[in-house]
Amino acid sequence: MSSLKFVGKSPERIDGLEKITGAATYVDDIDFGARLLHAEIVETPYAHALIKSIDTSAAEKVPGVVRVVTGKDFPYRFGLYMQDRFSFPTDRVRFVGEQVAAVVARDAKTAKRAAKLVKVVYQELEPVLDLTKALRDDAVLVHPDLGNYTRCPWFFPQAGTNIAHWRKTRKGDIEKGFKEADVILEDTYTVPRYSHCAIEPHVIVGLYDLSGRLTLWSASQSPYTQRHVLAQALAPLGLSHKDIRVVTPYVGGGFGGKAGVSMEIIGAALAMMVKGQPVKVRWSRAQEFYNTYQRQGVIARIKLGAKKDGTITAIEHSLHWDAGGYVEYGANVVNAVGLSATGPYRIPNVKIDSVCVYTNLPPSGPYRGFGYSEFHFGLESHITRMAHKLGMDPVDFRRKNAIREGDTLAYGAKMNPCGLMESIDRVATEIGWGKKEVSKDPNKVIGKGFACFWKAPAMPPNAASAAFLKFNEDGSLNIGVSGMEIGQGYMTVMAQIAAEILTVPIEKIRVELPDTDRNAYEWQTVGSHVTWGCGNAVKAAALDVRAKIFEVVERALGIARDALYLEDEKVKCRTRVDFELPLRNFVINGIQTSQGSFIGGPILGSGVFMPEFTSALSDPETSQGGHPNVHYTVGAAAVTLEIDKKTGKMRVLKATLAVDAGKAINPRLVKGQIVGGIVQGLATVLYEDIRYSLKGKLMNANFTDYKIPTSMDVPEEIVPIIVEVAQPDGPFGARGAAEHTMIPAAAMVANAVEDAVGRRMKTMPITAEKVALELQGVSYEDVKGSSMGLCFAGRPDAYKFHTKAPAKK
Amino acid sequence: MTKRITVTLNNEIRSLAVEPSDILLDVLREVLGVKSPKIGCERGDCGACTILLDGKTVRSCLILAVEADGHEITTLEGLSQSGLTPVQQSLLKYNSFQCGFCAPGMVLSATELLGKNPSPSKDEVKEAISGNLCRCTGYEPIIDAIVAVGKKAGKRA
Repeated sequence: MSSLKFVGKSPERIDGLEKITGAATYVDDIDFGARLLHAEIVETPYAHALIKSIDTSAAEKVPGVVRVVTGKDFPYRFGLYMQDRFSFPTDRVRFVGEQVAAVVARDAKTAKRAAKLVKVVYQELEPVLDLTKALRDDAVLVHPDLGNYTRCPWFFPQAGTNIAHWRKTRKGDIEKGFKEADVILEDTYTVPRYSHCAIEPHVIVGLYDLSGRLTLWSASQSPYTQRHVLAQALAPLGLSHKDIRVVTPYVGGGFGGKAGVSMEIIGAALAMMVKGQPVKVRWSRAQEFYNTYQRQGVIARIKLGAKKDGTITAIEHSLHWDAGGYVEYGANVVNAVGLSATGPYRIPNVKIDSVCVYTNLPPSGPYRGFGYSEFHFGLESHITRMAHKLGMDPVDFRRKNAIREGDTLAYGAKMNPCGLMESIDRVATEIGWGKKEVSKDPNKVIGKGFACFWKAPAMPPNAASAAFLKFNEDGSLNIGVSGMEIGQGYMTVMAQIAAEILTVPIEKIRVELPDTDRNAYEWQTVGSHVTWGCGNAVKAAALDVRAKIFEVVERALGIARDALYLEDEKVKCRTRVDFELPLRNFVINGIQTSQGSFIGGPILGSGVFMPEFTSALSDPETSQGGHPNVHYTVGAAAVTLEIDKKTGKMRVLKATLAVDAGKAINPRLVKGQIVGGIVQGLATVLYEDIRYSLKGKLMNANFTDYKIPTSMDVPEEIVPIIVEVAQPDGPFGARGAAEHTMIPAAAMVANAVEDAVGRRMKTMPITAEKVALELQGVSYEDVKGSSMGLCFAGRPDAYKFHTKAPAKK
Repeated sequence: MTKRITVTLNNEIRSLAVEPSDILLDVLREVLGVKSPKIGCERGDCGACTILLDGKTVRSCLILAVEADGHEITTLEGLSQSGLTPVQQSLLKYNSFQCGFCAPGMVLSATELLGKNPSPSKDEVKEAISGNLCRCTGYEPIIDAIVAVGKKAGKRA
């Protein structure tokens, strides 16, 4: 492997020049000419209500209005894993801001003016905003028809309740595990909702042309999945997959928010209603907050048992998720956590209950970390606390229980090769673990916090990747794939993988942005799986191409293909040192024989990758028997945090994070993920503080009141560390390492706060305000006022975790 | 009721009719066809629509098109008409951007800073770009790239 020429190097991003010059085109930058129509959405002001009537007549009379669309026109349900979401609801609204109608007009101002004239009569219902109430026997139901919804086979909704899914994992004997423990620690942790805040809002342009083809230009992480979900939803209108085309130019940030289908259904619906004319739906920043996906809120109870020597004997982890009005994607977040909430530790006795609860808050879904960021806050806080209770060093306690290759996972499969121990050691060294630091300012104290992390991609067992590869006349080549460049550097990495096999430098490789008419299939760009999955497909396509090159040379020139190899864009021969044939001489036009004829022709290749060893089939009561996850990526992180005792203001003096990338195809891009991920994670714990009114309206749907970090808020120093324990089935040993870098941030800060000031914060976020109150002995719960960030009214410590489902209605 | 305005956009005089309520950002993108200023928040929070108005950075989402009458506007398209500027070259070399959506505004904020202060300190760079939100990078490679331009300039001086 030491002879790698392109893999493991850090060339400039191949999309860098386009982005630095403004040449990079995003959906909203595409011109559609004077025909382009604009849409304005009519939204419900209620969190939960019945729609009694919708009167569109006044809006329709406004000059310039082309069409007003409601659920009567377009009553279809859709969803990725469970079809519980509506293009336009016909009878009931389930969160404040949900679309009930759309006005399509010649220009945006007219659409906006006319939308105000749509009269909707509602019958207000009691909103389900409190998990305690949502799970009561007499709960108001958010989805009375839950039992009738089409869903994937590994979801277990409980009709007649608000439980959309309940993932149970059982391993070993939990009671025996706690009996063996010398110390048991039990506590509750809460994490509110968060918003992705990609700087580019969602936008879609749809054109249902006069021949009956639907083309969608979409800011999406999931072009093929969008086509599939929309094809399912539009099937009643006679459209099939071949009639739908999804084109995705550059995407201005995703973080999971642009995965699956959320507002895009509206773009498709409106296009179908104004045949022959393109129509644009562009979300405002506020809509971006409440009508795409949010990260779910969760309250988690952890009971952990350990022996005096530090061996963990048992974990019981119950998580209740505030999943919002629609969970077609979000229930899979709950599922993923239900399989993995042990964290990266070898624990013989496990009981996990991860419960997805419908509420009348915005729909939930994937956000960088896919549930792992959420549960690691509690778990990694708890691990440090348990170490203290045992009188052990928190890093030593983690070393003692760190998961290793071959260990049995909670659902029975075996752990993949992993460098967790190396990650722990290198992070501990880098942060100077054990060395107390003192601030020169007497008002300030310094603490250190440590956290480990792990995460697997959450995918259906048949989430495939594919790649097309074609040469151009000059020996340059195009790769036609449908993974999405959302900033992570995917295109550059795919080019490096192809370059390594074909010896073509990456300057001569164009990786095409997705178009479902043209590029090969990719399930979605989520779960940090495309370097691994699509990387394998590109590698396979490059090997396919290489085999075809050798075959042509053998046929045309009579040199045995087994003796051929590629070097510096030339075919060379092990047995004939004088032989070399530049690729550009024949990859389009073929090789001329002595008779003057040409052998070969354009060299094209394809490659496919399917994780054939995975399966989602398992016992619903225990999760034993399947192999739902392809592999885990592990790592560790630590922080040095300075706290002003008077103001509570915190400054990150140093953060470091090690992630086991298997093999960093491009180390600089991996480091970019580490730095960006740490800052995004720190934002969730230090700054971002979502608030709802007690009627379920989002109060801070803008960047003035929902504060994401600016350049002034970044740590003084961030040290990224790459660990490389090869993933045997990864391209050149690579596995994903992008989402993971956000996961440990919140817990490491909570641990550092305790180290600095001796107070344990168990509810996110941990803002300066909360720390200052805590240091003055004031409970935040007493002064937080009448807005809500968490989805229950009472104090977290008093929250009752049901062990049984509520009675069905 | 439309009003005729004349602006110098990227060194070219452009004359056009606008409504008094038209936002400059929308006019730049939809009427003048300049797409590098992006729509991110429409309330001056994110900085994605940053342009140079008479050499100073402004949020084009907070300005009416009529207010630009008689003024000089520079967008990213106008900046690299004769090749990449030193700050663009440095940002490219440092792989400073991921999704790239904040890049046009960020480049203009950096350009304004370096015009006033050719060798800024790290803190001065942080302050200068603090109105341009980036959700991908954690800002570090952007800050480093801008500081590096200043260091290079300092050496030359």
